[in-house]
Amino acid sequence: MSSAPSSPSRFAPFTAIMRREFAGYFRTPLAYVFLAVFNAFAVSLAFFVGGLFESGVASLDRFFLYHPWLWAFLAPAAGARLWAEERRQGTIELLLTWPVTVWQAALGKFLAAWLFLACALLMTLPVAFTVGYLGNDGSRWNIITGPDWGVIAGGYAGSLLCAGACLGIAAIASALTRNQVIAFVTGFLACFILVLVGYGVFDELLAGVLGSGGVDEIRRLGLWRNLEPFTLGLVDARPIAYFLSVAFAGLGLSTIIIERR
Amino acid sequence: MPLIEAKNLSKSYGVIRAVSDVSFSVDRGEVIGFLGPNGAGKSTTMKMLAGHIRADSGTASIAGFEVAAESVAAKQHLGYSPEGAPAYGEMTVREFLRFAADLRGLADPAASVRETLALCRLEEVAAQTIDTLSKGYRMRVGFAQAVIHDPEVLILDEPTDGLDPNQKFEVRRILKEMAARKAVIISTHILEEVGELCTRVIVIAKGEVRCDESRDKFLARGPDLNAVFRKLTA
Repeated sequence: MSSAPSSPSRFAPFTAIMRREFAGYFRTPLAYVFLAVFNAFAVSLAFFVGGLFESGVASLDRFFLYHPWLWAFLAPAAGARLWAEERRQGTIELLLTWPVTVWQAALGKFLAAWLFLACALLMTLPVAFTVGYLGNDGSRWNIITGPDWGVIAGGYAGSLLCAGACLGIAAIASALTRNQVIAFVTGFLACFILVLVGYGVFDELLAGVLGSGGVDEIRRLGLWRNLEPFTLGLVDARPIAYFLSVAFAGLGLSTIIIERR
Repeated sequence: MPLIEAKNLSKSYGVIRAVSDVSFSVDRGEVIGFLGPNGAGKSTTMKMLAGHIRADSGTASIAGFEVAAESVAAKQHLGYSPEGAPAYGEMTVREFLRFAADLRGLADPAASVRETLALCRLEEVAAQTIDTLSKGYRMRVGFAQAVIHDPEVLILDEPTDGLDPNQKFEVRRILKEMAARKAVIISTHILEEVGELCTRVIVIAKGEVRCDESRDKFLARGPDLNAVFRKLTA
């Protein structure tokens, strides 16, 4: 054969894995179902539950309000296959006996999944354009304020970071089992708890156990609590650090689990 | 320098000692028939050599690189086909081999895929998804990914398992063509393969090496190889 073992670029395994994983989402109908479900729920919740249209405000905070719920459900759905599928098919033995480190494989897989979630999010851009269009035209909408594109872009960035955090949790769940259903349910439950943190009823329950001081600390870990500043146009390092920490802690832990399998 | 070296490899799963103090080395041009009953520790030893599982103690080296410490360098010189030849079933044969070539950073991945498809006689199924292939073709795909980079070391876990006589002949033909330039380990249950393909035989049972000798010496143990095998692995 013409290509003897060479000294491949350090990025060759990483980019090959990322490309394969990203394309892998579209090899089955699941990806299209996923994108359709995400869009249908994202738009329906904003308009029919959040009353985005009736609010008369050219802002997407009512749209982003439901994103932690959506990501808590759909990021584990997209992330369940990361390692569970490799284990089920036995391909993990193949992949990890090719010249690739577990870190390269894990990062390639994680970023491909995050990119897939970004595609789902980008498909909701017509909502932003609709709000922008109506917000610029007082005759069509009883306008209170025009659209602030910076705030809208911030909301999208925050939502994408929130998706990454949920994906980090999903990666851990996927590394622990060969069953995608178990990986999904475990990942969803863990994300669901982070969604509930910060909601009144759940906080009251926690306050009964931990006292009000403890609840304040835990409330900082809630997904919405950290996403909200983005939707209000507030640029703060803390929520960025929070989402990235959860995402990369999940990535790191899943890598360690695979390394010690 | 031997291309494959196992030094005092041991591995336990809970209280079960799967591999116990296994040592051997393989030079270029040698084809080792790795024999043993089911559960003898063949696959575990091969997985340790390939870097898939870590040994509890002992070291494994491929082309002079210690598998645990210089894992990526060792794996660049290794072609490994696990038992059952797992592959990404949703990919076509061509896509799968291209992925293997890209991941290995081969200089001309398209040419490597083309040549490997020809070598393993997979051209006619190149556009088929792996899930739709017969077992014989799947095994050949597993073999193809192991040789796409023309490695110095080949470790094949039951590469002819479940193949019909024609398919077995094909795999053996390809291996014979390559064997002089490589160090090869093949695990098998098929004792006739020893005479046809191997230059040396290692018999393992209950995690221990029971016999490590040349093919001729092994064949001279008796006319009935099944009886020889039973005696060695008892």
